[in-house]
Amino acid sequence: MEHSPFSVSDIRAQFPALRQKVYGKQLIYFDNGATSQKPQVVLDTLAQYYALENANIHRGVHYLSQQATSAYEAARRTIQKYIGANAPEEIIFTKGTTDSINLVAFSFGERLKPGDEILISAMEHHSNIVPWQLLCERKGCVLRVIPISKKGELDLSAFDQLLSERTKLLALTHISNTLGTINPVKELIAKAHQVGAKVLLDGAQSIQHLAIDVKDLNCDFYTFSGHKVFGPTGIGILYGKEALLDTMPPYQGGGDMISKVTFERSTYNTLPLKFEAGTPHIAGAIGLGSAISFLQSIDMKAATAHELELTKYAQGILDTFEGLHIIGEAKNKTSVVSFTIDKMHPFDIGTLLDKQGIAVRTGHHCTQPLMDFYQIPGTVRASFAFYNTKEEIDTFVAALERSMQILGA
Amino acid sequence: MTLQEKQQEIIDEFAIYDDWMDKYEYIIELGKSVPTLAPELKTQDRLIEGCQSNVWLATEIKDGKMLFSADSDAIITKGIIGLLIQVLNNESPEAVLKSDLFFISQIGLAEHLSPTRANGLLSMVKRMKTEALQSLAQ
Repeated sequence: MEHSPFSVSDIRAQFPALRQKVYGKQLIYFDNGATSQKPQVVLDTLAQYYALENANIHRGVHYLSQQATSAYEAARRTIQKYIGANAPEEIIFTKGTTDSINLVAFSFGERLKPGDEILISAMEHHSNIVPWQLLCERKGCVLRVIPISKKGELDLSAFDQLLSERTKLLALTHISNTLGTINPVKELIAKAHQVGAKVLLDGAQSIQHLAIDVKDLNCDFYTFSGHKVFGPTGIGILYGKEALLDTMPPYQGGGDMISKVTFERSTYNTLPLKFEAGTPHIAGAIGLGSAISFLQSIDMKAATAHELELTKYAQGILDTFEGLHIIGEAKNKTSVVSFTIDKMHPFDIGTLLDKQGIAVRTGHHCTQPLMDFYQIPGTVRASFAFYNTKEEIDTFVAALERSMQILGA
Repeated sequence: MTLQEKQQEIIDEFAIYDDWMDKYEYIIELGKSVPTLAPELKTQDRLIEGCQSNVWLATEIKDGKMLFSADSDAIITKGIIGLLIQVLNNESPEAVLKSDLFFISQIGLAEHLSPTRANGLLSMVKRMKTEALQSLAQ
């Protein structure tokens, strides 16, 4: 796909939220790991949909319903093509990453038996831990955890030992939301397949930073949230290989997912609607399609390189701060700089940065086991998107210095 | 001083600062000056867990007046606790129970007491009032 040369200022101009001031200071938005801001084109798409195209989809005979249906299905195809899926049937609209993972845990999880193992890593978000714990409770399965090093890298030899014929699913984050570590997923997926395990990738932090090709990765499931990739909240994607999704039972029952209903029994719709019970988040899906089209207009290789440069730049400066500890120093990492400062609480740092116009996240980032591993209550996390700049990092660093002065004095 | 007057005093004090950072510097200094709670008082039953910062609250009643002392692992939280203690200490349980802590929003710190806030302060105020209610019931 053709795209114009990568220009941060051109990209920034498309994000109204980035132009505002907070507490009289120019907003610097470094909380992209939690959610990204939205480009004008996505906002316009949502407004246009609600203003003129709003109707319930599928089965409607009238003009608006047909328009909305075709926009919804067009969004599915846009997403399918963007992540390199084989067919639109492989793209399920969900509420977000958490919902996608729960869908797999309930539906794919049905086939698991006592003693079967699910393998996750020590750097997972709670959303990629708790659904599997619930599944283990229901089915008597065993949850195994790949340990990590202090640097925040997976222990690959431990992985080799943990992986066995008992492993039925490897559920792994592609990029850690707390550490920024980019996991060597392709290699792990290949190994997992050798023992017959399926692989789910939590792509909540990768879709917005890397060009994703699910066929090349060869993952069985890939999940992401719309709102972290410049789209609306409340919408997300479950990609699954068609042959696998076909064998999975429905997750929720209701409208749209059925073929025929009688009181004796019901038959289910085909993919992808089998997994989309009830009126979906139509506007969200169309908005997400628009966000993905926006991404297609961007040179993602250049964007990835820019984000890596930002990460290295910020980390390089912060490394020189006395008493500051970077949490997550994997060789292969991006877009996240998490840190702690001796004798200073992340909450205090975050509050003072906020008052200087800088949005970061503080706390455990929904990765409590990871915090336990590092024996810290939480971190301050600056997370970047391709619309961020080195100048913003300079301002952030100055604000951090001032905060440390006030707190330390 | 009445509860109203004590709150007004804080509001007046904060009126001097028009910059947010100055307000927070003041709160932080206050936080540093609030006596730390003795380790033996930092027990599980005195702990109010927030999502990010923790608060410990110890309560005594002396001559019919409530005496609070509290601590937090975050200094801003502790500074705000200092303000709350300044207002509520030496008040009767009835007065604590009925108190309307309007100064918090007037000095622009309402966000710290909103239910979604992760610092345990709102729970602390609730706990102070619960303690007041319990002492009345005894």
